[in-house]
Amino acid sequence: MSGSDKEDFRSSFFEECEELLEMTQDGLDAMADDPHDAEAVNSVFRAVHSIKGGAGAFGLEAVVDFAHKFETAMDAIRSGEADLTDDMLDLFRMCGDNLSDLVANARNGDNSPLEASGQLEERLLEITGDLDEEGDAPEFNPVTLDLDADPTDSDMAATYTVTFRAKADLFAAGNDPAALFAALRRIGEVTVEASLDDVPPLSDLNALDCAVLWTVSVTTDRGEADIRDVFEFVEDCCDLEISAPEPVAEALPTTEGAAEDVALVPDLVPDTIEMPDLSDLVSELGEGKEQQGSEETPASPSGQNAPPPAKASEKTTKSANTIRVDLERIDKLINLVGELVIKEAMLSQSVDELDIARGSGVSAALDSLKQIASEIQEGVMAIRAQPVKPMFQRMARIVREAGSATGKRVRFVTIGDYTEVDKTVIERLVDPLTHMIRNAIDHGLESPEDRKAAGKPAEGTITLSAAHRSGRVLIDVVDDGGGINREVVRNLAIERGLIQESDTLTPAEIDHLLFMPGFSSKTEVSELSGRGVGLDVVRSAIQKLGGRVAIHSEPGEGATFSISLPLTLAVLEGMVVEVGGETMVVPISSVQETVRPTEADLDRLGVDSVVLRNRGELVPVVDLGAFFGFRRAPETLEDHVLLLIASDQGPRYALVVDAIQDQRQVVIKSLETNYQQISGVAAATILGDGRIALIIDADTIMRDLGSGGPGEKPMKMAG
Amino acid sequence: MQDAILESAERDLEVVAFRVAGQDFCFDLASVREIRGWTSTTALPHAQPYVKGVINLRGSVVPVIDLSQRLGFGEADPGARHVIIIAVVADQTVGLLAEVVSDILTVTESELQPIPDIVDETVRQFISGVLIQDDKMIRRLELGTILEQEGRHAA
Repeated sequence: MSGSDKEDFRSSFFEECEELLEMTQDGLDAMADDPHDAEAVNSVFRAVHSIKGGAGAFGLEAVVDFAHKFETAMDAIRSGEADLTDDMLDLFRMCGDNLSDLVANARNGDNSPLEASGQLEERLLEITGDLDEEGDAPEFNPVTLDLDADPTDSDMAATYTVTFRAKADLFAAGNDPAALFAALRRIGEVTVEASLDDVPPLSDLNALDCAVLWTVSVTTDRGEADIRDVFEFVEDCCDLEISAPEPVAEALPTTEGAAEDVALVPDLVPDTIEMPDLSDLVSELGEGKEQQGSEETPASPSGQNAPPPAKASEKTTKSANTIRVDLERIDKLINLVGELVIKEAMLSQSVDELDIARGSGVSAALDSLKQIASEIQEGVMAIRAQPVKPMFQRMARIVREAGSATGKRVRFVTIGDYTEVDKTVIERLVDPLTHMIRNAIDHGLESPEDRKAAGKPAEGTITLSAAHRSGRVLIDVVDDGGGINREVVRNLAIERGLIQESDTLTPAEIDHLLFMPGFSSKTEVSELSGRGVGLDVVRSAIQKLGGRVAIHSEPGEGATFSISLPLTLAVLEGMVVEVGGETMVVPISSVQETVRPTEADLDRLGVDSVVLRNRGELVPVVDLGAFFGFRRAPETLEDHVLLLIASDQGPRYALVVDAIQDQRQVVIKSLETNYQQISGVAAATILGDGRIALIIDADTIMRDLGSGGPGEKPMKMAG
Repeated sequence: MQDAILESAERDLEVVAFRVAGQDFCFDLASVREIRGWTSTTALPHAQPYVKGVINLRGSVVPVIDLSQRLGFGEADPGARHVIIIAVVADQTVGLLAEVVSDILTVTESELQPIPDIVDETVRQFISGVLIQDDKMIRRLELGTILEQEGRHAA
């Protein structure tokens, strides 16, 4: 195996681990819902087992050691030796977290055991400890060539024992036993055991003869004929026996061979077997022990092998139809599609300038080109979309940790796990969501005593939900705690000088004070969420993603933090405007309405400010050109257009532009790659004529105005 | 940098030579991605005066720096004869506005001379050495400082 191959395997192992860890979480969740769900216990066992196997192949001892103890405990649950309790479930979750940490460390090249491992291992031993004394955990078993059992077929299945010995002809005809076993695996769960009893000493060994006797257990719901079919083409060149089905899996005949006796086996493993299986094998060789028939029909204590949930089979089909693609390739494609859309717009513009009659072939072809381009764009964007589930699972861990740090019992509910969002959006949501969830547990949920006193269950509930609505993603963090104590918030805001004693604020305005920089609602800084970082950081992180965040709170019933995000960071619906000879784009999401002002709507306020009367409100007027320093504010606004900008972090304001050109989707291009951030500018885009236009950031304009930032003050009205 | 020039062995160095405000300048060819004709730029708000704006370079947003202004010769009035030298410096792509690209030269590092001590700081900041070719003096630009300064001050 060349170095780069090994590196490839290594990285595919870690990718695999991500999935296996996810599977572990899913399994534990399912166990929490139904402690008797044998399939769930199995899936956790399998996932941990596979991680152990792979880790063994790469010499990640810390992972192997811990996974082994974890797996042994799961095995005890699975075999009914130990009964699952809530405490155990908590322990398993912590073990899952710990395993995930170990894997993450290993990925970064750190193979040292974690501090937490020791304590968890001790607790795991409490589960398995007695078993060892009974001698139920066999120290040594024959090597099992585990061909990744299919979890879906464990019920109403019978186990056939196939003994198979290949004659020299079989190899001469280009057949390969491992390929046959792989074919068997398509039928059902397969455990292959190689017996080396008949292998002669090296001096007598004939290289052309294969002295290995394979015993294959096939657990399948299909008949013997299907198994025979697999061997159809080799029937004449092998000894094949298929035993009558046995309804219950029994221990396979063991061989006395020591581990090194079977060291031949890896050579017999063809390249076609998937990597994890190979690593399973390698690690098991290394350990020289393996749970007997580990992947076989699970011995369910009550004999109630629930039929495999539909979910599991769905998953199997799904994974067969997915491929892993380097993100870079997708991004390249997205850029190219962006170019295509721009070029298409340039072409349309040129055609328009040629003044070709509508309905001519050219414009019809151009129209369909436009449609295809936008479909391609949508399709490519969809590739980047990922379900939020893995992120939600990460949050489950945050909830557990925050819960135990605060001594509050928390139930975590997720809704809409499969809502798909742009991968980058998901990644950048992790920090703000972590903060919000910690916040909800630390500040939102009451202590168990207070909850009881209020007639609520002692266990608090945090609900994290995701949904699509009108081209945006909505993510809600809901707690059923005491709600925002507006009295406290108001007093704190006064204390911090954020508002005046005399200010009258609506409840919603008070709630929004939480997002003010420099506000932290707990008087004493708690270790958990109070690190001097307030919700204002959360808000700005979400705004960077083009999102908004809002609070809704009912006293005594809890609070809801709602995040609304664009589906993608790559395109945006924008209004193309002209200001002082420059073309700019205003995100449609910020524009509440457009107004052609009349003299009667406008009032001068003080010496140098203009306000617009709109819907009974006085709205400050800001000249966009003057804000950016492109020009002086115009003398009169009559032939200009006002865009009413609504933002959830400040009052509305009206932006003066010269004309509105168009409304269209624009491809977002970063300014920061080659330049830097500019106040009031969110990003850039490329227009139909190939020129760059800046996309304005309506929220920062308001903020800069409020803080007397780099822009002009609200405009002067002359005359 | 100066040390590097003094210590350097007889290593071939390719530079692109161009003219800004009537004077000859050069920098390493290795930094140059392409040279294109002048296209009008999109102005950037709150930018330093020497930042002409941004252009679309095959889908990337690339700022254009007016070297004349940057080096203190006053604002250039770009026309059809002007060129934008696209260079990559510290992973950032920038366009440098110059009057005309005159040559691509292969020189040995020993031909590069340090600038005399008497020259004032602003010159030292941007020029890391000079190269005498025939009767012309070509100033070697220090791209790093030209962009660094731009980044630091233009916030």
